[in-house]
Amino acid sequence: MDNLNDIVTILASTVRLGTPLILCAIAGLFSERSGVVDMGLEGKMLGGAFLAASVAYLTGSPWLGLLAAIGFSIAISMLHGYACVTLNGDQVVTGVAINIMIAGFGPTFAFSWFNLGGRTPNLSGGQRFKDITLPLADTLKDVPVIGTIYDGLISGHNILVYVAFAVVPLSWWVLYKTRFGLRLRAVGENPSAVDVAGISVRGMRYQALVINGVLCGIAGAYLSTAHGAGFIRDMSAGKGYLALAALIFGKWKPGPTLAACLLFAFADAVQVRIQGVPLPFIGMVPSSFVQMIPYVLTVLVLAGFVGKSVGPKAAGIPYVKER
Amino acid sequence: MASPASSKPGEIPGWIYNVILPILNLLAALVVSGILILLIGENPINALWVLIQGAFGYADNIGYTLYYATSLIFVGLGFAVAAHGGKFNIGGEGQGYIGGLGIGLACLYMGSTPWPIVMLVAIVGGAVCGGVWGLVPGYLAAKRGAHTVITTIMFNFIASALMTYLLVDVLIRPGQQNPESETFAVTSQLPQVRDILLNFGINIPPNPLNVSFVIALLCCVAVYYYIWRTRWGYELRAVGQNEKAAVYAGISPTMITIISMTISGALCGLMGLNVLMGDQHRIVLNFTAGLGFVGIAVALMGRNHPFGILLASLLFGALYQGGSQLSFDIPVLNRDLVVVIQGLVILFTGALENQFKPYLEWTYRRLTRQSVPQSTKEA
Amino acid sequence: MTSAPNKPASKAAALPALELRKVNKWFGTNHANRDIDLAVQPGTIHGIIGENGAGKSTIMSIVYGFYSADSGEVLVNGTPVTITSPKDALAAGIGMVHQHFKLVDNFTVLENVILGVEGGMKLAAGMARARAELERLEREYGLEVSPDSVVEDLPVGIQQRVEILKALYRGADTLILDEPTGVLTPQEVDELFRILRQLREQGKTIIIITHKLGEVMALTDRVSVMRRGEMVAHRQTAETSKEELAELMVGRKVLLRVAKGPANPGATVLKIDGLNVIDGQGVRRVKDVSLDVRAGEIVGIAGVSGNGQSELLQALSGIMKPASGQILYKGEDIAGDPAKLNARALRKAGVGHVPEDRQREGLVMSFLAAESAILGYHDLPAYNRGILMDRDAIIAETQRYIEKYDVRPTSPTYKSSNFSGGNQQKLVLAREIENDPDLLLIGQPTRGVDIGAIEFIHSRLIEMRDAGKAILVVSTELDEVMSLSDRIVVMFDGHVVGELPASEADERILGLMMAGIDPKKNQAA
Repeated sequence: MDNLNDIVTILASTVRLGTPLILCAIAGLFSERSGVVDMGLEGKMLGGAFLAASVAYLTGSPWLGLLAAIGFSIAISMLHGYACVTLNGDQVVTGVAINIMIAGFGPTFAFSWFNLGGRTPNLSGGQRFKDITLPLADTLKDVPVIGTIYDGLISGHNILVYVAFAVVPLSWWVLYKTRFGLRLRAVGENPSAVDVAGISVRGMRYQALVINGVLCGIAGAYLSTAHGAGFIRDMSAGKGYLALAALIFGKWKPGPTLAACLLFAFADAVQVRIQGVPLPFIGMVPSSFVQMIPYVLTVLVLAGFVGKSVGPKAAGIPYVKER
Repeated sequence: MASPASSKPGEIPGWIYNVILPILNLLAALVVSGILILLIGENPINALWVLIQGAFGYADNIGYTLYYATSLIFVGLGFAVAAHGGKFNIGGEGQGYIGGLGIGLACLYMGSTPWPIVMLVAIVGGAVCGGVWGLVPGYLAAKRGAHTVITTIMFNFIASALMTYLLVDVLIRPGQQNPESETFAVTSQLPQVRDILLNFGINIPPNPLNVSFVIALLCCVAVYYYIWRTRWGYELRAVGQNEKAAVYAGISPTMITIISMTISGALCGLMGLNVLMGDQHRIVLNFTAGLGFVGIAVALMGRNHPFGILLASLLFGALYQGGSQLSFDIPVLNRDLVVVIQGLVILFTGALENQFKPYLEWTYRRLTRQSVPQSTKEA
Repeated sequence: MTSAPNKPASKAAALPALELRKVNKWFGTNHANRDIDLAVQPGTIHGIIGENGAGKSTIMSIVYGFYSADSGEVLVNGTPVTITSPKDALAAGIGMVHQHFKLVDNFTVLENVILGVEGGMKLAAGMARARAELERLEREYGLEVSPDSVVEDLPVGIQQRVEILKALYRGADTLILDEPTGVLTPQEVDELFRILRQLREQGKTIIIITHKLGEVMALTDRVSVMRRGEMVAHRQTAETSKEELAELMVGRKVLLRVAKGPANPGATVLKIDGLNVIDGQGVRRVKDVSLDVRAGEIVGIAGVSGNGQSELLQALSGIMKPASGQILYKGEDIAGDPAKLNARALRKAGVGHVPEDRQREGLVMSFLAAESAILGYHDLPAYNRGILMDRDAIIAETQRYIEKYDVRPTSPTYKSSNFSGGNQQKLVLAREIENDPDLLLIGQPTRGVDIGAIEFIHSRLIEMRDAGKAILVVSTELDEVMSLSDRIVVMFDGHVVGELPASEADERILGLMMAGIDPKKNQAA
């Protein structure tokens, strides 16, 4: 029974750590499927986190914070689109620029608005998204196994966690069952096919970037107003890049990407858990090595040692009509 | 082949793209930065003045500016070498970090040897360690088709985790809490310019500028000759510009990619010469502090040309140093703002580089009274 | 390509299905289309022919709304229309099959067909409708295709069929095909022509853009000729001839034969025996090819493009690795020895190579002309002093090439991209010839080159031959192969169909052989 509790605790922590990864990875999925590589997930998420925390603090409403975060992330996505889609600029450079810019942006304005070094004031009570106890969770709590899992793993998260998990099947449906999805997948593979079909390539890419901004904004709000209690400098801590890795690991498909996010989050949860605790058979494993796992795995996948991941063919290439 | 392309009549000359356009983009970045400063409620002109004074006003400020520039030259050159070969190396951060390990170990284990010898060994150590960190992504790209953009990022994180482990569990000075190594012996520290000047009776305030700046300048010269004056550089550029033509010419893109990524990593790996051997005198956590990424901006602004990289490094070095002064004089404009400005410079000079191009071309044609092609009239 | 009787096409009363009036298009300073007039009668197959770069594809891209014209009028069935996007063209009943297919490779046929005309937010209903409609089109026009196949798994001929289906599904009455046969095997070409004739029977109007005279004669009712951006003639196909069309295309009498003396073949320089080459996709492109080239002769390889000639050239020049067989260069088998059969070593051993696609292989566009002029020879001692390259020597050598080959502009420090196609080709030829090879491999020696330069290039090659060099020419231009070669080898589907002295070759025999039939072996054909 104790083991089960341990496992449930780790899994619940996996879910919490995985949420921003899922949102960002799906955000990246929309943009990359449309042919725009997104190295800027990190920055968009971080910018969202800052705006969400600031607005939630000033208005007392996490929902307004969420809206602000989404608005800000969309704005950054549009800048991304202006650079990469309208001006055919380099997509990788744009992402790097966004990340560096935003890394300084939050702390600068945190200092200017709140006079605090590199963070917003702590959020408390109603300024944050609260954990939701699902119906019957308390009642079922004591039922062996099922009750433990229901109460400890499925129930008790904040609304944004559930949103993230709902986003995955929804994006699958959009991608494979709707007109928009068909065009989106086509534009990332062969934009000229879309162009001659009378559909605007740029229009499609901008639409994908709007969705990308919305999801990054939610991810940011999650970091600062749901998972955390306020914005801290560099609080995204490489999660945007990790999400990108998960997207590659998941071969640009919603289901496998979700699995990759959860795998990476699990590694993170375990890493925290085993610090200073010897493992059976292996002994002490420095947590740094567990931290490396997602990155090493991604490199192996990219190199084709573990399966093979081939991205959308037109991703990274600005669309210019050939003469 | 160093001779610049002569331009055909009717074509826009190269200096328009290589000099005027970057300056325009830089100005645009500064204007946006000024707007941000206004939003914060300060006077941008005043801030700019403080920044310039802070970067160049006094001998020690210049020393700091050049100190930061030194690191940026190394990473900027590293990025440029890979870029000429058609590869995107955004792993300067990790390559610099791991290179620092090689440099640090050389310094730690050659305690009582005179510094020039330690420096030579450290250069080899840094270049080998950084080189390996570039070689692996290079190999995976050349042989397995793994895109360097993603693999080098992953290698940054792997480097970071590895160094954390080494500094926390292995190299840490006994009895210390801070994850940092023993201090290097005085003999294996690079002389700082200040100390050298003292020998001549010139006394300037403390600053970390050290002889690695000279190494950086030598690297600029070496990279210039490598890329434009040797047949290996010719092959590198051929692969980067047109891989099919390179294959036709009997050049192996596989080999070139592996070699150029290794050289790229090796150059980035020398960053620690400046930071560790010249200033910190021990291996510290995260000493690269994002410089690896800023090096990308430096290379982009400098058009992947060593001379341009030198200038861009001075600019970004000035931004760092002037930024510190700025936050000292006007606390609300802190170092984070400098990071934003750096981001804006990358955005305008890299991502949005084409923004002003059509207007610039149009203006040039107008000024030189060349006939505008009919299509632009009618379209 | 069997010839079929042409349907009489003069329906004078009917309004043209498509009419162009004074259409102009500029690309920068290049006047790509100048005052184009064209009238295509409904229910006919109309050919538009011209050399590469004559402006054929441009004018049709304007009709399809892929580019917008700078001036002029487009009329469909007598009504002026404004076409600014492919959507407008589709609405006007015009569909286009592009030279490079506009298909999404990892989509199914059905998904490709409905892209852009999904008929609603959700896919399911549209997919079902499209499936039924495809079945109908299949029955009506004999366009068999399995709707659930993934496009990248289909052969090229079938992929083209998908493009045609796409256009028909969108209700196209007029179908434009841009160079539709370039990538097809002869069987696929026959099948395509059958489909196009059937479409004509059903009342569709077909416009076919090509530079192949044989196809125009075999398929079309009327033909319009373009030259250097202008429409120079309109003819009833039945009332014209290949010779007349060829003359119209190039603008003067075609020089069919270069003046040359008989060859004096010496020792065998290159001998290939049972060579096989397999490409990156695992397809065997060169199949058991055997041939030899002797000093002092020019051997020409004829064939429809895509029948293994390119791969043969790539293998001989050390770019592709042969799977099996022998390549004897000066008597030594180098096929199995990567140390000898690679581009670098071959150049050192005296094998020059002018690649088929000079823009993509022969030059680096962003390099200076002088840099491109040493590509492949850049490590010769003459161009290097110690570890540095000898800039002065390189520029001097390039200057020499420029003067000798009359390359324009004359500056070695201009970028390679500043030179026109013909001048780029001269630069590449100069490089490969002036390094004095014993064997010269040359692909498409005059593709995209103007007439004056063609003569110059041909006579240079014959001079080389007379100096005792061995030359292997691959060209898809029959005239070129016939006028240059001393012996002609014909390839089809990766095989050598046969070999004959140039004196015995004529278009008919070569045409048969290029279709895979050896007239010597198969008299019935």
